[in-house]
Amino acid sequence: MSERAPHQQPALQVREAARGSLTTYVTGFSLSLVLTLIAYMAVSRQLLSKDILVGTIIILAVAQLVVQMVFFLHLGSESKPRWNITAFLFMLMVLSILVFGSLWIMHNLNYHMHGAPGMQTDQYIMQDEGVHL
Amino acid sequence: MHLFLPTLVAHISPDHGLFIFGAELTIIGGGVILVALITYLKRWKWLWKEWLTSLDPKRIGVMYIVLALVMLLRGGFDALMMRAQQATSVGASHGILSSDQFQQVFTAHGTIMIFFVAMGLLFGLFNLVIPLLIGSRDVAFPFMNSTSFWLYAGGAALINLSLLVGHQFAATGWLAYPPLSELQYSPGVGVDYWIWSLQIAGVGSLLSGINFLVTIIKMRAPGMKLMQMPLFVWSAIGSIVLIIFAFPILTATLSMLALDRTLGMHFFTSAFGGNPMMYVNLIWAWGHPEVYILVLPAFGVFSEVVATFSSKRLFGYASMVWAIAGITFLSFVVWLHHFFTMGAGANVNAFFGVMTMVIAVPTGVKVFNWLFTMYRGRVRFTTPMLWFLGFVVTFTLGGVTGVLMAVPAIDFQVHNSLFLVAHFHTMIIGGAVFGFFAGLTYWFPKIFGFTLNERLGRAAFWCWFTGFLLAFVPLYVLGMMGATRRLDHYDASLGWRGLFVVAGIGVLVIGLGVCFQVLQLVVSIAQRHKHLDTSGDPWDGRTLEWSTTSPAPVYNFAVIPEVHGRDAFWETKRHKPELSAESTPHYTDIVVPKNTALGMYIAGAACLFGFAVIWHVWWLAAIGLLGVIVLLLVRLTTDATEYVIPAAEVARIEAAGRERRLA
Amino acid sequence: MKSVAVSPEIQQEVYAKTTFGFWVYIMTDCILFATLFATFAVLHGNTFGGPGGKELFSLPFVLAETLILLTSSFTCGLALLAMHRAAKQQVMFWLLVTFVLGALFLALELHEFTNLVHEGNSWRRSAFLSSFFTLVGTHGLHITAGLLWIAVLGVRLVRRGFSAATVRGLTLFSLFWHFLDVVWIFIFTIVYLLGAVSI
Repeated sequence: MSERAPHQQPALQVREAARGSLTTYVTGFSLSLVLTLIAYMAVSRQLLSKDILVGTIIILAVAQLVVQMVFFLHLGSESKPRWNITAFLFMLMVLSILVFGSLWIMHNLNYHMHGAPGMQTDQYIMQDEGVHL
Repeated sequence: MHLFLPTLVAHISPDHGLFIFGAELTIIGGGVILVALITYLKRWKWLWKEWLTSLDPKRIGVMYIVLALVMLLRGGFDALMMRAQQATSVGASHGILSSDQFQQVFTAHGTIMIFFVAMGLLFGLFNLVIPLLIGSRDVAFPFMNSTSFWLYAGGAALINLSLLVGHQFAATGWLAYPPLSELQYSPGVGVDYWIWSLQIAGVGSLLSGINFLVTIIKMRAPGMKLMQMPLFVWSAIGSIVLIIFAFPILTATLSMLALDRTLGMHFFTSAFGGNPMMYVNLIWAWGHPEVYILVLPAFGVFSEVVATFSSKRLFGYASMVWAIAGITFLSFVVWLHHFFTMGAGANVNAFFGVMTMVIAVPTGVKVFNWLFTMYRGRVRFTTPMLWFLGFVVTFTLGGVTGVLMAVPAIDFQVHNSLFLVAHFHTMIIGGAVFGFFAGLTYWFPKIFGFTLNERLGRAAFWCWFTGFLLAFVPLYVLGMMGATRRLDHYDASLGWRGLFVVAGIGVLVIGLGVCFQVLQLVVSIAQRHKHLDTSGDPWDGRTLEWSTTSPAPVYNFAVIPEVHGRDAFWETKRHKPELSAESTPHYTDIVVPKNTALGMYIAGAACLFGFAVIWHVWWLAAIGLLGVIVLLLVRLTTDATEYVIPAAEVARIEAAGRERRLA
Repeated sequence: MKSVAVSPEIQQEVYAKTTFGFWVYIMTDCILFATLFATFAVLHGNTFGGPGGKELFSLPFVLAETLILLTSSFTCGLALLAMHRAAKQQVMFWLLVTFVLGALFLALELHEFTNLVHEGNSWRRSAFLSSFFTLVGTHGLHITAGLLWIAVLGVRLVRRGFSAATVRGLTLFSLFWHFLDVVWIFIFTIVYLLGAVSI
């Protein structure tokens, strides 16, 4: 049973660009590997100061996201109208609003409701914001 | 298991109150009567074949609406009980309900109205008309469509089961904030029933959202560009996009509450580091989009109704589309206005306050466009138009109270008062409910083949409209006077009683309106032969659904139409008069999905899972879960899921329709 | 029972509808994970006096998990390439490798979870641990579903070869599996790496 016999062709042909090639998958895999290892080593060997480290590994994560979306998920390769990318961008927008919005709100609530030990909340806030009556 | 048996035994004791017992009796009694009726009329086979296992979206749509209207009766009865309580529970008297019962009643009222009435009407309308409006024969995934309906029905069954097997309803308000909804303060099964029935129905909603998005994007008639779609379809897209991106938040949040209650986690508990405000934040991040999910389709109905009954094309098509896009986006950035008073600082409150005021603008654009459509049109004041006019009055007034509350400083005065309660009821009743009633009346002949009785429709409208004003204007006043929501008793010296009594009368007038609607249905069915819609186009409509016969055949269009602009059918009517008997179109075989009960079984297994988790019967839960997986696999491996209507049969159906039209 | 004969154009339409619909579903799953991530971000400091990420997580262990999952995403891609060449045996082989790697990933994760529970650091101990177990556990449940899916696809491939339905199924599975690796990038970064940096 030859694997390339005509009657074994898949019932459906998928557009060339939308399916990727060995090159795309190998490139995606290698890039992801590198990005993962850099992030890992930066943290395990404490190569950078804390704030810069945090920023770096986040950027590396976003970079790997783009790599995998493009090389593994073939984002951006479909012909017009590009509904996949539209849906993805809209999702990213909602995700950002949800995650960063929640962080902002919850941080704000904590600040306004918890204050500091040994101090009333309003005293703490006035002190922290430099309000003098 | 150790919870189930003792509670079952306690069931027999009369201690839990007349009302729960009465509700149980009604549910069981109603069910028994229904079963007896169907058996007596020997309609089981018909019901099974024509409705329950059907994959025709028109049938599924009717089932959604029937169930939603039944749930409306339950939610409405809850409203009656609340009004009765608040009109009588003054001073020395504690009214007709205990505090605990009152809490269960207002929780049930909100939960049922939002999740099972409004969402049911919404998906019902989508199923009935979206394929017809876009010139398609079906939705993208017919089997998933059926499963979605049954998941919704399953959720409805489970929430009603809360009273029958469990004997209580959640007493936490319709959004079940922790820490009250945590195990420590709500140790019974009420909250668990609430969680699982909403989870199951929620999955159904999400799947439906995906289904209709793909349908609209991929299955429009050839030539129908996006900016040529009927406005109802655009409104539906807005609602669907919100469903798709907001419902996962609900699923995750309900799951976390369930994990807290069932596995002892600490997301929202008041100790061990939990943060109840995170629940409030997340539930409203879903909850605000939810209310726009409910109202956008109603706006879509009005766009269709106003244009048709003004015999004029909709004013400002492009601005209407942009308004929908604006509302959809803005829905995601206003959610904090539901908890301005819960501790955030000025800058956070200010941002969300401003965004909330902004979202009123596109809505205003839409109202003006509808009115401009009517201007210089040949307006026919049919029942759907009356619902529209009622909407303009109520929704505008209620809408401005929303803009008022968007100012955080003002909201601090009226948050959680009856002013708020009046505002959101105005939005939902004046907006969503009036819209759905208009839509149901408007599209009824397309689905059933005859029109509804106009006089009774008008009577129903006037009762709903005056009843609504009587029921809710006093609540605005009471809110300003300081009355908070969810009060089961108040002091006589406050002088509030008179207004509560007026509100109670208002609900009775609405009830009268409901009676007129039931009567309208009965009379219309009895007189249907006198009001047959033989032409398929009873209103001189503008969009594609009116080009088919009434009722529309299972395949909707024998020949998929080619579209060349907006108001596709209107153009066809104006430029191509009646097809002569000579020129018959070329018919081809049509492939239609076969009936299947698998969707029902999958939902049944899901409900079994939910029920088992509620009662901590883990082996049963495993069976339920396994059942869902196995049944899905069965469907995936089933080959023969469609059948063919031969071209000759299509020709016969179409010829019969043409004869009726010419007769 | 034979199914109704379907033309190639209809097959293409069904393929387009189904892959787009599944893509939209994946978008909703992203929002689900986003909610869990947001919750983790808000609660990660609430250890209630107990241990936090820095104390509990072993970075080398997590690196191993990450590399295994990444490789399985790559082998899944190889399986798809083989499908486009109609090379049935190769598809089966790469699917099997993907399965083994996925199962290994899951085993490692279960090992980590079991250790934590035995140490007394279960999901009941604090809000931080609740959100950790739920976020990572939800990903693990998705992986489990994916493993089940591979098994089903394997069986169908053997019995029916490359029918249109199987081609669709393999395509959808690969979307799902790649998406799970994308989510893991963020779990790796935000839960484990940032945890070790003790944010």
